[in-house]
Amino acid sequence: MILLQGNEAVAKAAIAAGVRFFGGYPITPSTEIAESMAKLLPKNNGVFIQMEDEIASMGVVLGASLAGRKVLTASSGPGISLKQELIGYAAAAEIPVVIVNVQRVGPSTGQPTAPSQGDVMQARWGTHGDHSIIALSPWSVREAFDLTVKAVNYAERFRTPVILLMDEIVGHLRENVELPTDIEIYPRRQPKTKENYKAYQPDEDLVPNIANFGEGYHIHVTGLIHDETGFPVGSPKVTRDFIDRMHKKISKDIIEVQTEFLDDAEEAVVAFGGTARTAYQAVLNARANGKKVGFIRLVTIWPFADNFFANLPANIKKLVVAELNYGQIFYEVQRTFKGEVELCAKYDMTIFEPSEIEVCL
Amino acid sequence: MIERSYEKFFRQNRLPHLWCPGCGNGIVMKAIVQAIEKKGWTQDNTVIVSGIGCSSRASGYMDFDTLHTAHGRAIPFATGIKLANPALNVVVITGDGDCTAIGGNHFIHGCRRNIDLNVILFNNNIYGMTGGQASPTTPLGKKATTAPYGSIDPPFDACNLAIAAGATFVARSTAFHVQHLVNMISNSFDNNGFSFVEALVQCPTSFGRKNKFPTPASMMQWFKDNAAMKPTEGKFTIGVLHSDTAVSYNDAYYDLISRTCC
Repeated sequence: MILLQGNEAVAKAAIAAGVRFFGGYPITPSTEIAESMAKLLPKNNGVFIQMEDEIASMGVVLGASLAGRKVLTASSGPGISLKQELIGYAAAAEIPVVIVNVQRVGPSTGQPTAPSQGDVMQARWGTHGDHSIIALSPWSVREAFDLTVKAVNYAERFRTPVILLMDEIVGHLRENVELPTDIEIYPRRQPKTKENYKAYQPDEDLVPNIANFGEGYHIHVTGLIHDETGFPVGSPKVTRDFIDRMHKKISKDIIEVQTEFLDDAEEAVVAFGGTARTAYQAVLNARANGKKVGFIRLVTIWPFADNFFANLPANIKKLVVAELNYGQIFYEVQRTFKGEVELCAKYDMTIFEPSEIEVCL
Repeated sequence: MIERSYEKFFRQNRLPHLWCPGCGNGIVMKAIVQAIEKKGWTQDNTVIVSGIGCSSRASGYMDFDTLHTAHGRAIPFATGIKLANPALNVVVITGDGDCTAIGGNHFIHGCRRNIDLNVILFNNNIYGMTGGQASPTTPLGKKATTAPYGSIDPPFDACNLAIAAGATFVARSTAFHVQHLVNMISNSFDNNGFSFVEALVQCPTSFGRKNKFPTPASMMQWFKDNAAMKPTEGKFTIGVLHSDTAVSYNDAYYDLISRTCC
């Protein structure tokens, strides 16, 4: 067992998952990730660089990823806003990258650096244009470790940007944790042939096996919409096929939802990240008082768990969505769940007390 | 047809290029591959990184690992490539808007860091791809679609900017002085650190038409008449403007790795 902070757990997990390049810029409450990586990377034959701004931090990790490194960057609201341009580039050019967002109160400089979960929709739609994205949200220090490993693996498997959607609560939380020793690592995808090689030719799982720079394939990478050769084409069919594939390649098997007490539940609380810790206590308190309340925690935020909510057992008549924002995941639950949905929102710099969620039940 | 030895560096199936008749970009692109050949770099160990704009489309025509990034961001991407794999030779192709406006911060910090990149600025003094808007290098009084009465916005001297920011090799040439341009670029490749070559190029379509250069040749004639090999009143200087030795960021970082790691 070691006493570890959420942000430090992310850095340790990144190293364990094979990340060997970090580019970043200081911002609270995510800075400990950069500071930890600055210490850990050179010792592990990796590179840390502090860039001139958040845009450059995204650019430098994308360049390193194309040259074959597994890469990570981390920031919070204002920095994540600046990163959006090149998150879109990573989606279009299919470059593996993990972006950690330790959320704080926004908009703009907001309330530095009080906790918030206000970047849920930014994680989904922050960059312009139709694109797919993966976002995972841990509720504990141990899970910050586990989901960082998963995020790195998903970035490699799907060749897509993956957002680790933390919040200040988990980022700055310190807990005693046992870290896993046996870690599954998804290796960088490799070209299957050099003859007539097309860098963006999708494999059976719709993900292309793009060669790393410097391996003799002479590939072309662009943010313009391109065909399987990687070169831009101004064609309606190529554009449609490209956008279709971007969405379809993200397999639904990565959607994780944790549930408790749903068998007898008449209503359930839906929460994610640090707020789920409080929500769980609220559910326990309500059940101790004889209320039949279930607990639903989103581990995967994006893609959204549409099927899960559409197929909840009939005994659950009502869902209460507890989130530290003005209402974001609430609308996704309302869209997918057939019964009543109520929003239990908090957006005042402070985290929920269990009693504040209990009154929503 | 005589096959030229540098032709292997072009993706023949991507040509002809999209640049306007009379544009100087093709001259600079050819000078870059000639310098690569002269230096002995190969298609396997050289990466071309570009931003967005007319000149940045060059990466698609060049048969290396090539990266056409977002507007202004070529230097950060190139920094990541060089640090991830220092064995690669990294050439950045950029324009005046790309490098000195939207990418200005990355440019000065690349210079300061002295990372071993080779940045070639195609300076046509205008935003060409979007149809002729003023850029940070549009000279005072020259016309652009966004400066219809003549520019009142003082321009950058990109070479002075690079020198002041810490680049260890800085040179200037033009699309008229072709052999000189090849030499400047190949000299820049010899520097282990941040190298910057400004290549002045004629843009007959977006700059020339508005500024009394009715033909491509008239702008090249102006380069010929107004360039001087040493500082001369009323002329601009071409040649090596600055050369210095300092440890590159990539060498410094890998030295750090060798001290802390394996």
